[in-house]
This record gives sequence, C-alpha cells and structure tokens, in this order.
Amino acid sequence: MNAFSRGLLAASVLALGAAAPAMAKTFVYCSEGSPEGFDPVPYTAGTTFDASAHPIYNRLVEFKKGTTEVEPGLAESWEVSEDGLEYTFHLRKGVKFHSNDKFTPTRDFNADDVIFSYDRQGNAENPWHQYLAGISYEYYSAMEMASLISSMEKIDDYTVKFTLSRPEAPFMANIAMPFASIVSKEYADTLEAAGTREDLNNLPIGTGPFKFVAYQKDAVIRYQKNADYWGTAPMIDDLVFAITPDAAVRLQKLKAGECHLMPYPAPADLEAIKADPNLKLDEQAGLNVGYLAYNTTVAPFDNPKVRKALNMAINKDAIVDAVFQGAAVAAKNPIPPTMWSYNDSIQDDPYDPEAAKAMLEAEGVSDLSMKIWAMPVQRPYMPNARRTAELMQEDFAKVGVNVEIVSYEWGEYLKKSTEVNRDGAVILGWTGDNGDPDNFLAVLLSCAAAGEGGSNRAQWCNEDFSALISQAKQTSDPAERTRLYEEAQVIFKDQAPWATIAHSTQYVPMAKNVEGFMMSPLGDFTFETVDLVE
Amino acid sequence: MLRFILSKLLYLIPTFLGITMIAFGFVRVLPGDPVLLMAGERGITPERHAELSHQLGFDRPIWEQYLDFLGRLLQGDLGNSLVTKKPVLTEFLALFPATIELGLVAIVIATMVGIPVGVIAAIKRGSWFDQVSMTAALVGFSMPIFWWGLLLIILFSGILQWTPVSGRISLLYYFPQVTGFMLIDSLLSGQKGAFLSALSHLILPSVVLATIPLAVIARQTRSAMLEVMGEDYVRTARAKGLPSSRVVGVHALRNAMIPVVTTIGLQIGVLMAGAILTETIFSWPGIGKWMIDSISRRDYPVVQSGLLLIAGVVMLVNLAVDLTYGLINPRIRHK
Repeated sequence: MNAFSRGLLAASVLALGAAAPAMAKTFVYCSEGSPEGFDPVPYTAGTTFDASAHPIYNRLVEFKKGTTEVEPGLAESWEVSEDGLEYTFHLRKGVKFHSNDKFTPTRDFNADDVIFSYDRQGNAENPWHQYLAGISYEYYSAMEMASLISSMEKIDDYTVKFTLSRPEAPFMANIAMPFASIVSKEYADTLEAAGTREDLNNLPIGTGPFKFVAYQKDAVIRYQKNADYWGTAPMIDDLVFAITPDAAVRLQKLKAGECHLMPYPAPADLEAIKADPNLKLDEQAGLNVGYLAYNTTVAPFDNPKVRKALNMAINKDAIVDAVFQGAAVAAKNPIPPTMWSYNDSIQDDPYDPEAAKAMLEAEGVSDLSMKIWAMPVQRPYMPNARRTAELMQEDFAKVGVNVEIVSYEWGEYLKKSTEVNRDGAVILGWTGDNGDPDNFLAVLLSCAAAGEGGSNRAQWCNEDFSALISQAKQTSDPAERTRLYEEAQVIFKDQAPWATIAHSTQYVPMAKNVEGFMMSPLGDFTFETVDLVE
Repeated sequence: MLRFILSKLLYLIPTFLGITMIAFGFVRVLPGDPVLLMAGERGITPERHAELSHQLGFDRPIWEQYLDFLGRLLQGDLGNSLVTKKPVLTEFLALFPATIELGLVAIVIATMVGIPVGVIAAIKRGSWFDQVSMTAALVGFSMPIFWWGLLLIILFSGILQWTPVSGRISLLYYFPQVTGFMLIDSLLSGQKGAFLSALSHLILPSVVLATIPLAVIARQTRSAMLEVMGEDYVRTARAKGLPSSRVVGVHALRNAMIPVVTTIGLQIGVLMAGAILTETIFSWPGIGKWMIDSISRRDYPVVQSGLLLIAGVVMLVNLAVDLTYGLINPRIRHK
C-alpha cells in the first residue's frame, strides 16, 4: 500500500464522519500549468481548454474520443443544404446545465444558449462581448467565424439554423473546437442581474461530464462527476488537477502516488518510466509538424531546386535521434501521418550530400551563406531548436553552405519571422487545432497566409497549390477533398518551400491502475472515460 | 520615537514613486509584445495587431500610459491581467499568503539555526565545529536552488518517502480558505491530520528557501560576534568576573545583533528571489511563480503592479527593520 492509498483509506475513514460518500474514486491529474480562466472562449492555450472546455462544457458537435472525427454533441443531428451554405442543427433534449451556490437552472439546454454562445463572440453589440477587461476572441477571429457565419436563426427551442457566407467544409470541425463551447444563457442572465458577470469565467456552468467545484489559483482545481450527464457519466467521482509546472517533479509525484497521470514527460525520463513496474506509458503520434521555412521570395531560395538541394543535405534521422531522442518520426509531408488525406505515396528527398552539392552547383550557387533562425523556446513539435539548427549547420557545411544561427526573444521571433523580406530560414512548427488538413495547409502554406503578420513563414505563394486548397475547402465530399489535398502535397514536395523536419510523438505516463484513458490526437487531456482499478 | 518613525515614512514616498517608474519601465524595455505572444505561431495581421494594441491602450505614448497607470494606482486600481483578465490585486491577494507562509517559516529556520551556529562558531573559533559549519555555509550560499530542491525531493520524497513531493497540503483535504495561510486554515478546518499534512508539505520548500539566508546569517553572526568579543566592554565584563554565558548572551550578542538584524532584513529580498525557483519546483502557489509566468508572457499590468506590491512589502519590512534598530540601539533613534 503506497502513501496515497493509505491517505485514501484515511480520507475514507474521515469521510464517514463528514457524511461524504465513503468509497469515492478520486482521480488526480498532475497538470503542467494553470488555466487562464474557465470561460474557454477568450483563451487559446491547451492547458486552459483541458481545465475548462473539456471537463465542464460541450459543443454542438464533439471530436470522437481518440480521433479527430466529428460526432454529435449537443446537436443530435444536422442537415447541410445542397449549396453547403445552410446548416440546420437539431438539438438534444433534456440536457441539464450544472448548478452551483449562485445558480440553479430552471430550464434545460436549448437554442437560446447556442445563439448566445456564438453571438457574444461575433457580435460587438452583444452586452457580453466585452464582459471582461481587455477580452478578445482570438480563435473565433482566427477561424474567420465572424465573416463566415452570416446569420443564426432559432427555428424552435430545439432547432438552430446557421447560414454561412460561403461553403466551408472544415466548418463542422471548427465548431467542435473549444472556442465553440456552449454556455448557459440563463446563467449569464442571472449573473447580469446580480452584477457579477466575471463569474462566468470564475464559476463556470456547463453541460459537460464534470462540474466545477473550486479553483485555488496555481495550485488545485477540483471537479465533481456530473451525475446528470447526458452522455455516459464518468466512472470517477472526483477529478482533481494538481498543478505541477516542473516535469521532473510531476514524475516524482506520479511515482510517489500523489497523482495518477501526467502530461509532457521530459524525453530523458522516458526510459526510466518504461522500466518502472508501477507505471505505464501511452504513446501516440502527435498531430504536429516541425519545419524549416525558407524565404521563397529571396534569391537563391526563390529557386525550388536550390531549396530541394538543401533539403537533401539535411540528415533528418540524426535530428530525430539527437534532438527528439527518437520520440518523433522524420517528416516528409507538411501534415502528420495520422491526419486523413496524408499522401504516403510521396517519396521523401533522400539524404545525399553529394547529390545536393552537385545540384547546387548546377544551379550556379556557390559560396552560399545563409541564416537559420532557432526559436528560443521549447514547443511540442520542437524540443530544442538551437540544437536542430546546429545539426543543420553541420549538414549544410558539408555541401559548402555557410550557416549563421540567429535567435530572438519569442515574441520578436514570431513577429520578425513573418516579415516579407526576412533574411534567413526559420525553424518553427504547428500543432493542429481540429484535425482538418485545411488547418495545416491553408493556415501555413496558402497565398492568403503569406505576407507580413501571416502564418506562411515561407512567404510561399503557389497558385496551383492555393487553388487546390481553396477548392477542397468548399467541397463537402470527403473522398474528393482527400484527392485534392493529396495532390496539393505533391506540389508542396516538388516546390519544397520548407524542409519538413519531424512529427513528434506524445507520451502520457500514468499509474498502472489507470484504465480507459484515451490519448487525443489534438493533445487534449480528457478524463470522462478513465477509471481506477485495483 | 514618533519623529523617527515619521521621518522614515516620509522617505518612503520618493522611493515608492521611483519604484513605480522602474516597475513600469522594466517590462517595457524587454523585447517582446504581449499581443504577439497571445497570437503564437498563427501570427497576427498588422490590422488585427493594431486593433488589439489599441484596445489595450498600448498604442498611446509611453508617458501617457505611465500617467494613466499612476492615476489608476492613486484610485487603488492596479489594473487587470492581460492573460487571465482578472484584477491584479485579486490575484496577488490569492497568492501572497502562500509566499508569506513559506518565507516566514524559511526565515525562522534560517534565524533559529543561523544565529546559534554563528555564535558557537565564533566562541569556538578554529574548532572543528567552526570549520565544518562555515564550510557548509559557504556551500549552502553557493547552492543552485533548483538543483538543491530536486535533490531533496528525490531523496526525501522519492527514495525515503518521508515527505510529500509538492503542493501545500494533501489533496484529500478540502476546506475553504479563510486566511490563505495553510497552517492556520488547516487548524481552523478542524479536519484531523490536516495541520500535520500542511506542515509536512512545508518542510522541504522552506528548508530549500532557507538555505541561502541561513548561510548568510550564520556567517554574519560569526563575524559580528568575533568583532564584538574583542571590544573593551566585553573584556571589562569578563574582568568583572561575569559568567561566560552572561558575557556572550547579554553583552556581546545584543551588540552583535545590529548587523545581523540588517542582514536578516536584507534577506527578505533574497527570499523573494529564491521564492521564484522554490515555488516552481514545489508547485507552491505563490507570487514568485506568478511573476515569472507574467514576465514571460509580457503581461504588463501584472508585472508592473506585482513588482510594485512586492517592493511595497519589502519596503515595509525594511521599515520594520529600521524601527527594530531603534529598539535594540537607542543611539540610532536619537540621531
């Protein structure tokens, strides 16, 4: 019996005195950071969504657990008009909102809640649009929802019709994202009347599998199972997030039985975790990509053959081993292999310094000097950009290209890397938001995303590629979309605006007695399916 | 005495004003922009960037922003966090008791251990105790806190399982916060074992945080004692035939305490710096970690107001130290 089990027993004994359920199952998650708030809408961090959108709320449609497939959520079913412009959602009946000390719902979830949840983000006239100082809706804005949704109409209490300004195939995946969480209009009205609007963010009320109980800033978040949950009710009674920022300490807590599951282990600890008989380790290919983006508007990088030659000079396997410690797969496409429409028939450029050198000479490139930008921070898709840049520096030296490595403060880096006449190739990456290929290909490589402030760091504007992407975006047939995206990837490979580096693997260590945890390709941590067994 | 206190208080005003400038300027001279950090890899169009900057008031001249900050400050408004959108003061008050609790326990450990060690080392100058303790103090003073904290966790929580790894209390105890001080709240909760759990969670972080101040206090006490022991009045006291305990305890120690109290006061600043790392390792929800997170996100309102609040506390502690001198040494208060 470890310390935690002894504690549990002690607590159960205590609980008898306190008239609490004696055999309550408490699941402790050692989370890596604090949520910014509990209204999932104004925030963008995954850590915040894990603490708010996923346990507390639901969306009209949800990502099926463990996949990026969209399945019914608060909408039981929906129809899309022929022209792809009208989406009619039929809402689930009998869905109860949570209650707390300040609020007990008098009605079930209905169409008013749906319209309120979207309108407060998109409509500047909505009294809740600015309910917190300095609030903005970055995801709503980034997914272009304001220009996309031209109207919302309540047909009846359980039917809502969205009219779009243009056909948009990723729409369903977009509205499964955390920013599209449905809040209670009745709760908002109650808070408005009480003059405590900020409680929408402090004391959240949703329809999700867990009810919010309490948050002690930077320390602990407590949730309780929602016994009235419309879906399959969670198997654990209490969910606790123990906020533990340091990865080494998280692991110590997991080993000491102070928590049951932790995110983001340090790559160096993976072997020890695998060897520990009390722990188990789940792994899954991450929905991400790390890349080196050339500036395709600046000579000689405006020549695809030069870019291709440089790509052939990079020893990706060495980077995967040295930087990712093997916890990644070398990338050949801009989208990860777990994403639908991944074109596996594409051959990666071989690692061949000799051929690369010959190609550069054939293009008349000699004595080339270039900069490689290395990010100053660690990200899930890139554990150590500086080390990656150093390895590339060595690789490029072998083909006669001299590399200077530069770096900037993270905010500056993000900004300067979008400058059109930027000097140098940039190491960066992306983690998918919703599992739709459009979320990689359009966001990172379309003509629309090029230009200052855009996310197309290669400044690469290929008309054929962009035409395929936008055609795919307006096509509702999945098979046709797949074909278009596969074709786009062929153009990408041929034109080589990036050196694709790697797709990192995600690891989740947990105690042996944890069952039913499902890793999310989107990197979410959700606990409605977990159970603790003896 | 009243005049002495008033003159000290008067000094605080220009100091405080200076701190507002430094606090305001500090985070703005760092490269980086909170709006860009919020946007992340996705990037942000120049139009949207301008819109958000305008909304947050960052497009106004810097002096105007500073005056605005001062104006709000006078009304007691410390601003709202850009990240959490919550009032800075609310966040500070939620986190500050945890830092105070940890800091107080650490300073008590550092003083209770540091002073006796310093005194004994001075009396037994050159003995093995002196040599061992002063070497240990030197090591303690140069200890990298992060490494030291992890080492203690691995040894005492991992291998020996004597102490919990991190946090303020076992998660099995749940009661509303009354004072924010876990030791007090756990007693108030009336839950059996809660106090002991809170205490056991305090041991490692407070020892880690106390390490550097302890080393400094021990060394300072030793050198102050050695200096005082050579003074005429100590020799006189000895010549009068007073027992050694009285010579050391009353005549020497009381006078040696003046520089030591100064040192203890100055350690408050060191504690604040140490708290940043200690709180991060031990998942201690205090203001050290809060400040670091806010700096890395360029959360201007939190950094400027947070620094101001911390500086205010340090100033008050220093004031208290100054007043303590007056109590220990009458010559100071009459100057």
